[in-house]
Amino acid sequence: MLVSIYRYNPEVDDAPYMKDYQIDLPAGKDLMVLDVLQLLKEQDSSISYRRSCREGVCGSDGMNMNGKNGLACITPVSAAAKDDKLILRPLPGLPVVRDLVVDMGQFYKQYEKIRPYLINESPAPAIERLQSPEEREKLDGLYECILCACCSTACPSFWWNPDKFVGPSGLLQAYRFLIDSRDTATQERLSDLDDPFSVFRCHGIMNCVNVCPKGLNPTKAIGNIRTMLLQRAT
Amino acid sequence: MVTQITSFGRSGLYDWMMQRISALVLSLYTLFILGYLVFNPDLTYDQWSGLFETTWVRIFSLLTLLSIGVHSWIGLWSVSTDYIKATGVRFFFQSVCGLVMFVYVAWGIQVLWGL
Repeated sequence: MLVSIYRYNPEVDDAPYMKDYQIDLPAGKDLMVLDVLQLLKEQDSSISYRRSCREGVCGSDGMNMNGKNGLACITPVSAAAKDDKLILRPLPGLPVVRDLVVDMGQFYKQYEKIRPYLINESPAPAIERLQSPEEREKLDGLYECILCACCSTACPSFWWNPDKFVGPSGLLQAYRFLIDSRDTATQERLSDLDDPFSVFRCHGIMNCVNVCPKGLNPTKAIGNIRTMLLQRAT
Repeated sequence: MVTQITSFGRSGLYDWMMQRISALVLSLYTLFILGYLVFNPDLTYDQWSGLFETTWVRIFSLLTLLSIGVHSWIGLWSVSTDYIKATGVRFFFQSVCGLVMFVYVAWGIQVLWGL
């Protein structure tokens, strides 16, 4: 199989380039893209990428495979490759540190902005803040986000305004805390989002939903935030 | 919160709502004009100018005209903040858009009430 990899080492290279590798994959086995990268490491040890859990939990190995963002560790080669060719690039829109490693600083900055922690000014009870099963259910489809950045880096609005638009991942998390029955900062959180960029730069093209490796739906969460803002203001 | 002074209503929610309301008005007006043309295949000049002499059609047309202004301002403002990164160029583009929309609205009023 032909594997084409985006290579860039800012200390040595003037510009990024695509490098092709030939690799024989074991017959009768559908490897994951990450496994292919591990095998290629034997051919060329200078290929750089992030990985940790290798089972779709940590979100380290988000990358662009044949034009679609995803986690290399849980994407089978058969699903990613087209015409027996696998093209691997870093996540689009973020600065490249080296090869497939991107600088996630801007992404985390947006995550930080939505204050991703429970805010509750009332005195903490002796054991825990209780939630009914119905209240807990509202967090399903939100809390599972692993911050791999596949969605935000697939979003043109995030590409053009990464400093102002929170992005699908951050907004999914924002809604996770807006809808949490134990959080008391709902109004402040909503006020922080009521500008033309933070939420409203989303045009609902759903690239985020299309790429999310955990099958989450940021567009729906963004729609719910809009509804909350509208209900508050009318 | 991101601040800005050139957006239509300075609030994301307000712009978003106005974009949708103006879109609704534009769709209704399009359906109305298309419907009128379909149901009056042998349209004469007198009939056409008579239509625009009625007060409610003039009000509906003015509402549509204002909706075009609002809708295009919000849309083009979004486009300019997406793609034009140099502040000077972006502000110039937004100014030209604002001027053109104002001209269209003023001119449209003259056309509607000048028949």
